[in-house]
Amino acid sequence: MDVMGIAIKVALLTAYAVIGTCVGLLFMGIGRKIIARVHNRVGPPFYQNFIDVAKLLSKKTNISHGWIFDLALLFSISGILLTLLFLPIGGVQLLSMEGDAFLVLYLLAIPALGFALGAGASGNPNAGVGVMRALVMMLSYELPFIITLIALMIYYDTTSLATIVRMQSINGVKSWAITMPPFMLAAFAADMALQGMLMEQPFDIPVAPHEIASGPMVEFGGKYLGSLMLYKAIALVAETTLFVDLFLGGGVVAHGNFAFVINFIVWLALIFLLFILSILIAASFPRFRIEQAFGFYWKYEAIIAAISLIWVYILVIK
Amino acid sequence: MGLYIGDKMMKYEEWSKLAIKVSKASLWMLHFCTGCGAIEMPPVMTSRYDMERFGIAPMATPRQADVLLITGYLTVKTLRRVIQVYEQMQSPKYVIAFGSCTINGGMYWDSYNTIKHLEKYIPVDVYITGCMPRPEGIINAFIKLMELIDEGKARGWEKYQKYYDKYKENQRRVFNFEIEGENEEY
Repeated sequence: MDVMGIAIKVALLTAYAVIGTCVGLLFMGIGRKIIARVHNRVGPPFYQNFIDVAKLLSKKTNISHGWIFDLALLFSISGILLTLLFLPIGGVQLLSMEGDAFLVLYLLAIPALGFALGAGASGNPNAGVGVMRALVMMLSYELPFIITLIALMIYYDTTSLATIVRMQSINGVKSWAITMPPFMLAAFAADMALQGMLMEQPFDIPVAPHEIASGPMVEFGGKYLGSLMLYKAIALVAETTLFVDLFLGGGVVAHGNFAFVINFIVWLALIFLLFILSILIAASFPRFRIEQAFGFYWKYEAIIAAISLIWVYILVIK
Repeated sequence: MGLYIGDKMMKYEEWSKLAIKVSKASLWMLHFCTGCGAIEMPPVMTSRYDMERFGIAPMATPRQADVLLITGYLTVKTLRRVIQVYEQMQSPKYVIAFGSCTINGGMYWDSYNTIKHLEKYIPVDVYITGCMPRPEGIINAFIKLMELIDEGKARGWEKYQKYYDKYKENQRRVFNFEIEGENEEY
């Protein structure tokens, strides 16, 4: 590849990262507004999260707890950015390789581990409890999620995200995975797993502000907390995009020269709808205890996902 | 120090003006609820008075907070914790003192184990008078604090750094009373 090609690629990757962050912050602000309306409040303006991040980044003192504490944040943010860049957005995938569906699963675990490192370095007992809960949550929601992913891989006979998206966009909306009965079950299980990944309300056990003083984030302040908010914004976009890629055809509805613009808008609308769904669930349910969440994922969600897997397997064999 | 926007350099003053604008619009509050003042906080946070519309949100830990809201009287024992919490916060940080008890001791004016003037131990930016202040009063105090930040007058945290020895001396005097049984306040 020549120098120009590399420069264009780097510029595109940066643009994606910036767009992902801005969209995530915007959605978080809209989410706060919607939760406020559900509570019959006025709520903050939709751009409140941009102000919050700017304020945190302009703080004058920032306490660090050693170099692991500093590096852990970079670890989390770079992990989630890499995940975002590996996902097809509106049918365009900037980084790709064989078997990237597996790779994305591994990359999604990196930020949580970075989080655990940082929280451990801060030495606060609340952070320790929060990290333990976060790792148990990860163990819980990944089982149903991986089973649904295996069902998709068996049906489309591929481990590449780009191929899964392409196969679903052949006939537009009609060929989306979610229109098939076995994948409706799988999508339900995956959406519940998404709720856990986003740490929204029935599953916000790791950060529970009233029990363990916001868990792993307890010692983060100033610029560190600002970076964590950026991480959360990117994570929101990456995780909803993964769901859209797997079940909603990546938002690809148009083909042709300028199809990218339309696909991009459809992708934006789809992740917004997913996020609204998750916010509405969050606004209407109280928090689970950790063993309840674990039981919910491994008993009910895993069984629903397994049924869809068996169904898909029978379909494929015939 | 500066930032390039377009082809002109943004001056440090303009940059810090922007920082003041954003820090004014997003005040994260740590409510240190002592005494009876705690009961006024739930209506302020929930749907009746809704402080979140001004960008004010309750926070779980002092590291994340900008504003320390002290509701009510402080015993000498609690004062130790308040000072610890205040020193853990990241500057710029502000203190709002709530109720008569923090101004002149209020109904505890002749008590042997509460402090009478909070200002002696940590710098206070805004006082709310009354026993009890109404929820409107609390929101009013936050609006006042925003105005002070905008005018550059809410500089309590700089005062604490500058006169650290004096504040420490006052704190030590009241803590020594706990040990030696000698109260200069009373």
